[in-house]
Amino acid sequence: MLIYEKSRQGRGSSLLPACDVPDHPLPEKDLRAEAPGLPQVSEVDLSRHYTELAHKAHGVNDGFYPLGSCTMKYNPRINEKTAALPGFTGVHPLQPESTVQGCLQVLKETGEALSAITGMEAFTFQPAAGAHGEFTGLLLIMAYHQANGQTQRTKIIVPDSAHGTNPASAVMAGMSVINVDSDESGCVDVAKLRELCESEEGQEIAGLMLTNPNTAGLFDPNILEITRIIHDCGGQVYYDGANLNAVMGIARPADMGFDCVHLNLHKTFSTPHGGGGPGAGPVGCRAHLAPFLPGKTVEEKDGVLTLAKPAQSLGEMKDFYGNFLVAVKALTYIKTLGAEGILSASQNAVLNANYMMAKLRDLYDIAFDTKVCMHEFVMDLSRLLKETGVSAMDIAKGLLDHGIHPPTMYFPLTVHEALMVEPTETESRETLDWAIGVLRDLHQLAHTDPEALHQAPVTTPVRRLDEVGAARHPVLRYTREEA
Amino acid sequence: MEFRTDLSYTKSHEWVKLEEDTATIGITDYAQDALGDLVFVNLPEEGDEVEAEAVFADVESVKAVSDIYSPVTGVVSEVNEELLDSPEMINESAYDAWFIRVDNVTDHTEFMTAEEYEAYVENEQE
Amino acid sequence: MGTYVPNTLPQQQDMLKEMGLSSMEDLFAHIPEEVKYQGPLDLPEGRSEMEVLAEMEDIAGKNRVFRSIFRGAGAYHHYIPAMVGHVLSNETLQTAYTPYQAEISQGVLQSIFEYQTGICELTGMDVSNASVYDGATAAAEALAMCRERKRNKALVSAAVQPGVLETIRTYCFGSGMELAVIPEKDGLTDLDALASMIDEETACVYLQHPNYYGRLEDAARAGEIIHETKAKYILGVNPLSLGILKTPAEYGADVAVGDGQPLGLPLAFGGPYLGFMASTDAMKRKLPGRIVGQTMDAEGKRGYVLTLQAREQHIRREKASSNICSNQALCALAVGVYLAAMGPEGLAEAARQCTAKAHYFAEKLEEIGFTVEQGEFFHEFVTSSAKPAADILAALEEAGILGGLPLDEHRILWCCTEMNSRKDMDEAVSILKEVV
Repeated sequence: MLIYEKSRQGRGSSLLPACDVPDHPLPEKDLRAEAPGLPQVSEVDLSRHYTELAHKAHGVNDGFYPLGSCTMKYNPRINEKTAALPGFTGVHPLQPESTVQGCLQVLKETGEALSAITGMEAFTFQPAAGAHGEFTGLLLIMAYHQANGQTQRTKIIVPDSAHGTNPASAVMAGMSVINVDSDESGCVDVAKLRELCESEEGQEIAGLMLTNPNTAGLFDPNILEITRIIHDCGGQVYYDGANLNAVMGIARPADMGFDCVHLNLHKTFSTPHGGGGPGAGPVGCRAHLAPFLPGKTVEEKDGVLTLAKPAQSLGEMKDFYGNFLVAVKALTYIKTLGAEGILSASQNAVLNANYMMAKLRDLYDIAFDTKVCMHEFVMDLSRLLKETGVSAMDIAKGLLDHGIHPPTMYFPLTVHEALMVEPTETESRETLDWAIGVLRDLHQLAHTDPEALHQAPVTTPVRRLDEVGAARHPVLRYTREEA
Repeated sequence: MEFRTDLSYTKSHEWVKLEEDTATIGITDYAQDALGDLVFVNLPEEGDEVEAEAVFADVESVKAVSDIYSPVTGVVSEVNEELLDSPEMINESAYDAWFIRVDNVTDHTEFMTAEEYEAYVENEQE
Repeated sequence: MGTYVPNTLPQQQDMLKEMGLSSMEDLFAHIPEEVKYQGPLDLPEGRSEMEVLAEMEDIAGKNRVFRSIFRGAGAYHHYIPAMVGHVLSNETLQTAYTPYQAEISQGVLQSIFEYQTGICELTGMDVSNASVYDGATAAAEALAMCRERKRNKALVSAAVQPGVLETIRTYCFGSGMELAVIPEKDGLTDLDALASMIDEETACVYLQHPNYYGRLEDAARAGEIIHETKAKYILGVNPLSLGILKTPAEYGADVAVGDGQPLGLPLAFGGPYLGFMASTDAMKRKLPGRIVGQTMDAEGKRGYVLTLQAREQHIRREKASSNICSNQALCALAVGVYLAAMGPEGLAEAARQCTAKAHYFAEKLEEIGFTVEQGEFFHEFVTSSAKPAADILAALEEAGILGGLPLDEHRILWCCTEMNSRKDMDEAVSILKEVV
């Protein structure tokens, strides 16, 4: 039941004291005709309502969450505790700098740590999410080209396996998109890329957006050649940090030849996803792009931290300094793990993915099968669908009945019946063995009783929902029934 | 699968009824079946110019969006606004669920007869 | 080192061995040697939870938390009911991913549906999305959703929050949307200037109400001018003020946006906050970001799903009108809890107290020699004084009070909320009396 349906006229909590100054009524013409129809509920109603909602959701604490490309690692509790410190939550964003030295230290230290991990020289924390980071990074590249008089560079190369935000961000940044196909191994087709960059169009290329390891979980072996080709034609190379969890302490984007990156603190650096946000998508760049960064960056002068706007800043991406408390959580995580722990996180993320892949390979086809994958792998269920009529969606829904959050479905788009599995480093071998067992059982069930999988899930609070009806005749809010 | 003999067809799966210089346009029964349950359609406005082989509308299913190409060049004279509220009409009866009417038709793409289109579709399915 | 890896070293070795590998390095053998990072990362060693907590407390201790705050300007100090923090600390709701698997995400989906309902109730609009990053990006996204083939110009009032205007500038630089600023006159948007600037190519006009200076705009008249040319009217509002103030819908707005921070989110040095976006039914398919809709399951049971997804980037890719993926779901949850805890009467009471206290404080400042800029205001107002603003604010700071925001050398933008007790206000006044 909705909280609105639990409302009873006259119920409520006593939260505010009586007003201790004379009332000051505003003119009638400025006042709303009717009070908003908000719920009128008691505190116990509230407490039970949200407990009930939590029971109908699935968090990382509820069980295995191998959602590919989303890095659903465990979210440490200490992070929540530090982010809730009144010394952070009670600070107004427009306080004098001398009174926010702690906040500035968080931004500075987090930036330095991310620089160590990526090899980038400067970071901005203004971008609120990965897609916002992409948009920022691309504007950064545009601003750089414009400052160099290269206003004709408005085309951005995006691989066909890229996340949908890549092309959408490019358009927002005023760029047009050139798609490049992947080769048979799922990596960038270097020959085609070279041909493109060496053609006349090369002069119009602003840059390339790439995820490495890519969306199929493969580290592109030609990465140095790829970034060189782009630089040779005058472009910049953007690193989508969605998959950084595979390579921390192992390979740095700057050393691969990238000029700027965005990172997802809510993936790689263990801050919670919150049911869809808030995350944080800080953007880092090499020194030549730093003067164009948005917002204000932290500088140190005689032991005092100050905020300064970069010389040729592209402007503001949002108000203030980004999702600050998310940075507090990420910094807490980095301090806890340290150099060794960060490396170990990536190693174990890759180990767990390979272990699962190795134990499923005989039953499930692996897309772009290579001997080893990085932190995730993609299963292609086309053959299973053909043989049994059971789709990737059916297997995903079957997993729900076992308390496992399904892998990412139907992504990347280049694989037809894709299930993308990312176990992360925070799962034990016992959990992996159990999940492998469930996936193997479901594969068998697909052959013996496919109908059972078409019907799944049966143990969840609701069964499969009518998405077509929802979209055809949208009901997007609760409306009180007329008495 | 239905193929109406009084209509012309395009390779991109639109149907056209061309009467003098006025065309009525929709998508074929084969197209609606391939696209699955449609949930919305984006239509042009009256007075918009459309061009043969250029996109004039798109249709949305839950997880996809597909462009619809104009078989003719001309000016939109009427738009079937009923489809905005009831996109299911396209799935229910593709040849009655017209998208737009176009006047002053000056050019058109290559048309197929019902028979030719049926053969074309069979070929495409293989 | 600290770690969250459960597998022990012997387990890791066993797993490698089962795959025919001998060391972790073998997993990375395919990475070209030239790009491999040599040596340990330039980071301090990991530490225990106890050490890290102490260190973070130390850093937080370097900030000054003011016991009395008279500053707003886009971030507001309000009472946050205990229930909000309690719900947000629920680990399931906190750690869940975006509700793509609807069957096990009904809790998150329902909370967003309730949030959307709350935003519609507050603004009077027909439809709300699931939220965007903050008020500034909500405004920038609203401009983009009004863009049409033959209308590529946006007009934005000079009397909006500076961070909002700057964000709009950035988004317009990217998209190529033409932007012009409507000048202000006596602390309000100059509507005569608006009337002369608007034309058939204007896609939309953005005003803030109450505006940056706390003033109530003639938002109804603005709406009339805007709609004469069939441009879209975007109104930025403080959601808490809607406890009593006329709604964007009543002013004829096509899109209402704003920052949800006043509704249960802490100041937190500027974020995370949340941007809300609501529109008329006619514009619902142009709203960016996620939207939750009600539907039925296979057994006819009511449920919720992400809907109208074909608008979004993961389907439209380069044709999508926005790249936004995330909403600020947990912040939207906070807003949902806040609205339900406060109820219509609590919200109206908070809004009334804001107004009453701001007017009380303004009157007291006037009594001791400040000039208060005239006109109706909600809970912020501007003063000027002969004494430099810096001196005035320094005197307050010394006493643990965060004064208003200095706008220039002599003008200060003050804010009062239900958090400012009469005692605190009288104390501030007695300090100011000595310096003004």
